[in-house]
Amino acid sequence: MLEHIELFFRSIFIDNMVFAVFLGMCSYLAVSKKVATAVGLGAAVIFVLAVTVPLNWLLDRYLLQEGALSWLGPEYADYNLSFLSFILFIATIATMVQLVEIIVEKFSPSLYNSLGIFLPLIAVNCAILGGSLFMQSRQIETFGLAFNYGLSSGIGWFLAILAIAAIREKIRYSNVPPPLRGLGITFIITGLMGIGFQSFGGMLTGGDDAAEEAQETVNLETPKVEEKETSTKEVTENNSEIDEKEISYNDVKK
Amino acid sequence: MGLLSKKDANLIKDPLADNNPITIQVLGICSALAITAELKASVVMAIAVMFVLGLGNVVISAMRNIIPSKIRIIVQLIVVATLVIIVDQVLKAFAYPLSKTLSVFVGLIITNCIIMGRFEAFALGNGLWRSFLDGIGNSLGYGIILVIVGFFRELLGSGTLFGFPVLGDPIEKTGLYSIGYENNGFMIIPPAALIVVGIIIWVQRSRNPALVEEN
Repeated sequence: MLEHIELFFRSIFIDNMVFAVFLGMCSYLAVSKKVATAVGLGAAVIFVLAVTVPLNWLLDRYLLQEGALSWLGPEYADYNLSFLSFILFIATIATMVQLVEIIVEKFSPSLYNSLGIFLPLIAVNCAILGGSLFMQSRQIETFGLAFNYGLSSGIGWFLAILAIAAIREKIRYSNVPPPLRGLGITFIITGLMGIGFQSFGGMLTGGDDAAEEAQETVNLETPKVEEKETSTKEVTENNSEIDEKEISYNDVKK
Repeated sequence: MGLLSKKDANLIKDPLADNNPITIQVLGICSALAITAELKASVVMAIAVMFVLGLGNVVISAMRNIIPSKIRIIVQLIVVATLVIIVDQVLKAFAYPLSKTLSVFVGLIITNCIIMGRFEAFALGNGLWRSFLDGIGNSLGYGIILVIVGFFRELLGSGTLFGFPVLGDPIEKTGLYSIGYENNGFMIIPPAALIVVGIIIWVQRSRNPALVEEN
């Protein structure tokens, strides 16, 4: 339970798709002019991420990983098909997006019309593929955690696009230097928001001694999560201080 | 460019400045921001995208008359995914540490919007040679921004270029460090990339007011 809660908050705030790893920036920048469309796209992204990440987890676990084919028989245990993961993941995603499109068109034509071109574009939103690839590289352990990860990173993306859309609606009334208008100022605001989100980095790793101790006990209970965290940190080039802290935890334990 | 006609040369020239994929078309932002803390990673990423986009454009252009329009997105994704798998495997074989640094971002070339954008906008309607030039031009435009961002972030953030110290040794205090210069750790963290790109956009649009947008 604890690791579910930790993963949930980590994916929303610390490893936020937009502010920490810059995924899905294109649609984030292109669709954030109005709050209403931003909400529609954000909801669709949450849904697609929450479906495709666990699906791809199953694919990865039972088809692609080294030794994943051992359920077929002992002679298949040596196969490692992980080089195929890009093509299978993207196929899952494209199929799911197509499915969502068909379902939405059938049951809610008004929502379908308001999303328009953005619905098929979800297929090439890097946040979606990134979610599956991070799921693979961080070695998420169980199906439940994979679902949790997909859902919470979707929520993180949703919050980010909602925030920037709200800011952009207000910024129309301010006097921005002409060359910075539109794209430029959006970039800079996103950068500032990213710096703000970096401060969440201390949320789970602990800012003071008491929290650090608590974190250490968590690590002792779930050693695998801890390994995942360090690799995560390396991947996202996050705050190097936290990195060092966690590596030193590992050293102490070894 | 005696080799190319004027129209063809424009295919390469336009994306470099006035129709730049990143700063004007707003495509392919994710990787431009995430992997530019080092110049080396930026260069490798630019080359990888050039390979995928150049070759992908040619393949799609060759198949453009036989792809049914209903399933073209899936066909395009398969072509890109195949090319990206090649890049990924080559990187893993010959530059393993680098492929670790780039991590999932090699895979994310698949969803790099530049690639889908150029397939949709150009390769589906143009011949082989022109599509190839368009792919090279756009990936050069993308690469230029990557290299500029990577250059400033690595120089100001770690005082090195391609890993070689160019500002002196921060520990022994030689070069610029002897007069009190300190590495700016801010440039290494991810949000700095956004601000650097923002400044590039600012400079570009100040020089060419025709590009200025509405608020």
